Amino acid sequence: MNPQPEQINEHTISVLVDNEAGVLARVVGLFSGRGYNIESLTVAEVDPENALSRITILTSGTPMIIEQIKAQLGRLVPVHKVNDLTLEGPHVARELAMVKVVGSGEKRVESLRIADIFRARAVDSTNKSFVFEIVGDTGKVNAFIKLMEKLGLTEVSRTGVVAIARGTKGI
Amino acid sequence: MASKQLNGSQIVLKALVDQGVEDVFGYPGGAVLPLYDEIFKQNQLRHILVRQEGGAVHAAEGYARSTGKVGVVLVTSGPGATNAVTGLTDALMDSVPIVCLTGQVPTHLIGNDAFQEADTTGITRPCTKHNYLVKDINDLARVVHEAFHVARSGRPGPVVIDLPKDVLMGQGPYSPPTEAGHKSYRPQLKGDAAQIRRAVGLMASAKRPLFYCGGGVINSGPEASRLLKTLIKKTGYPCALTLMGLGAYPASDKQFLGMVGMHGTYEANMAMHDCDLMINIGARFDDRVTGRLAAFSPGSKKIHVDIDPSSINKNVSVDIPVIGDVAHVLKEMLAVWKTERAKPDTPALKAWWRQIGKWQKRDCLSYKTNSKVIKPQQAIQRLYEATKGHDDVFITTEVGQHQMWAAQFFKFDNPNHWLTSGGLGTMGYGLPAAMGVQVAHPKALVVDIAGEASTMMNIQEMSTIAQYRLPVKVFILNNHYMGMVRQWQDLLHGSRYSETYMDSLPDFVKLAEAFGAVGLRATRPNQLDNVIKEMLATDKAVIADIRVDKMENCFPMIPSGAAHNEMLFGNNGDDSLASEEGMVLV
Ligand SMILES: Cc1ncc(C[n+]2csc(CCOP(=O)(O)OP(=O)(O)O)c2C)c(N)n1
Ligand SMILES: [Mg+2]
Repeated sequence: MNPQPEQINEHTISVLVDNEAGVLARVVGLFSGRGYNIESLTVAEVDPENALSRITILTSGTPMIIEQIKAQLGRLVPVHKVNDLTLEGPHVARELAMVKVVGSGEKRVESLRIADIFRARAVDSTNKSFVFEIVGDTGKVNAFIKLMEKLGLTEVSRTGVVAIARGTKGI
Repeated sequence: MASKQLNGSQIVLKALVDQGVEDVFGYPGGAVLPLYDEIFKQNQLRHILVRQEGGAVHAAEGYARSTGKVGVVLVTSGPGATNAVTGLTDALMDSVPIVCLTGQVPTHLIGNDAFQEADTTGITRPCTKHNYLVKDINDLARVVHEAFHVARSGRPGPVVIDLPKDVLMGQGPYSPPTEAGHKSYRPQLKGDAAQIRRAVGLMASAKRPLFYCGGGVINSGPEASRLLKTLIKKTGYPCALTLMGLGAYPASDKQFLGMVGMHGTYEANMAMHDCDLMINIGARFDDRVTGRLAAFSPGSKKIHVDIDPSSINKNVSVDIPVIGDVAHVLKEMLAVWKTERAKPDTPALKAWWRQIGKWQKRDCLSYKTNSKVIKPQQAIQRLYEATKGHDDVFITTEVGQHQMWAAQFFKFDNPNHWLTSGGLGTMGYGLPAAMGVQVAHPKALVVDIAGEASTMMNIQEMSTIAQYRLPVKVFILNNHYMGMVRQWQDLLHGSRYSETYMDSLPDFVKLAEAFGAVGLRATRPNQLDNVIKEMLATDKAVIADIRVDKMENCFPMIPSGAAHNEMLFGNNGDDSLASEEGMVLV
């Protein structure tokens, strides 16, 4: 069937759910209870009129495990739709990070310069610190954080990935 | 709002009645007092007062599995709810439709560590199909109706509704059940037509086919079993059943090879191993069935019909999955078989049956009797023979060797008459389950084939059985051991019987009498038939203490981590010990 059944791949899965108490616990409990990975998970209401929330999960596993994850998600009662964005065609995935850098002198200037290259914005600043906001795919955010490590990085807060299919196609 | 206002407890009871509920198994407490007060005032629902909430859930399981209806449980908050957890998990594993109402502290106290507060929806989330906490009385009627819908449709399962006391006491509107489907939960009933055509194509060209059918056939309803029989008869193919599937195809039929799996028959397991087409109808490739996955039926193509998409390709990857309800899919399969004028490959089939005949000659269930001790297998065989004349015989079991012997030696020709804890393997299931069956079928013969250790796990329900004059028969194969565990100690741990002998067991005859039942005992083979006869002739509850061979082990057996063609035969063959890798498995 599959040429490399044991190959582990990363998948971005979008889950449309009723925005009701406990729904996130159901999804998270399913992953922990069955030993699946969660690399990142984001959730927010996207359709207030119908009280629907969208959960984006970055997970990894063999093709059989990924198929299981989707089937298990699909049978949760409050789940409306499960889409594997990784399999269903090109999609855009972004996350946002806030990165606090504390320092002075040359390092401080250098951090601003790099932020400029990465198109990160300073959303807060003091004499000794910046909070940068950076948006991009996970690789870009990782690269930015890596560079800041030497320049006084003290704290990071990130949203995790949100994703959507390219083009006219919806979920 | 024009509709009449009712209090929350009245809304719950009205919804139950509108859902066709007649019996509720429960146990009261502070948080559910308002509901019990309304139960007192009405006469449409019968409440069966159990002796422990765990018993209530198993009783409801017995009720549900013997009737096809949803079993209903009512328990209080905190310890009432936590006592129900084992039964809920059991029902989830074996796909039994249950609605369990739990009391809860009033909404304003939730999260305060209030008296008898437990996070019931949190605790039961992983052991239910779905659960609800009703915080607004305006949602109450809808939630109860929805819970029944979820419990019984698709792959059935347990649903909990947590009911804060203030909601039970508040005033609100009632709404009757609606036909409109659920907004997100819509299990697929009809199988994909193209897949079904491909499946039938494979079936017609198979040389060594095998039907491997499970509890999904039974959950689909009696019509599914009828259709299955028609299809199997039409093809002339052999059929093997899982533990949960027993009764889905008549055991007395020539095409039946017996149970598959760890304690299945040699012929069923060998046929599974050597078939070239496996037609899985409503079974889930459970580890008790497959043995070592890498060696599981290596040469076969596999068709898998299941209503639960998550069962497909979970343990075993299959060639043709068909997602749908068994009865729907079987009907289509039969129609396609007919329109395509499909015919089995007769010469190949003949050769296949010849091979199966050779395996059957191995006579894998044979055992030796003697005049001194009763063999457990013998006890079940004699019980089966003695019950043949009865119209309606239901068998429940506890968990252990006796359960496997019952599965091997009791023959079921109809669905819904065999009730056992398969997925969870819950000791203490059989006695309350038998009680639930008897509540639903007051005239039927209901026998719990039990082990003495398991019987002790829910023995308190004998008191419920007495209160409602339920003529349940508890047929204990008393070997003084937790026999199944002792058997594994024989196989894997040098026969060091660590904590598996039970000292100071009660005198079951006196115990029966203490509960107002009749106690019987057989210690020698020549007493067996008389005790069985007397048990069956008694119109009250009976505990029959059948003293059986203490050291008998259950064979054949595929030890954990072994393949189907590596069976052990015990007493009537030469056995090697189970493998090292097998030891870490359960
Ligand atoms: C609640 C529970 N606890 C423990 C076990 C593990 N277990 C499986 S079979 C068994 C022994 C059952 O003994 P008995 O009821 O006497 O049956 P026998 O095997 O002797 O026929 C035990 C302890 C279990 N299945 N369920
Ligand atoms: Mg025993």
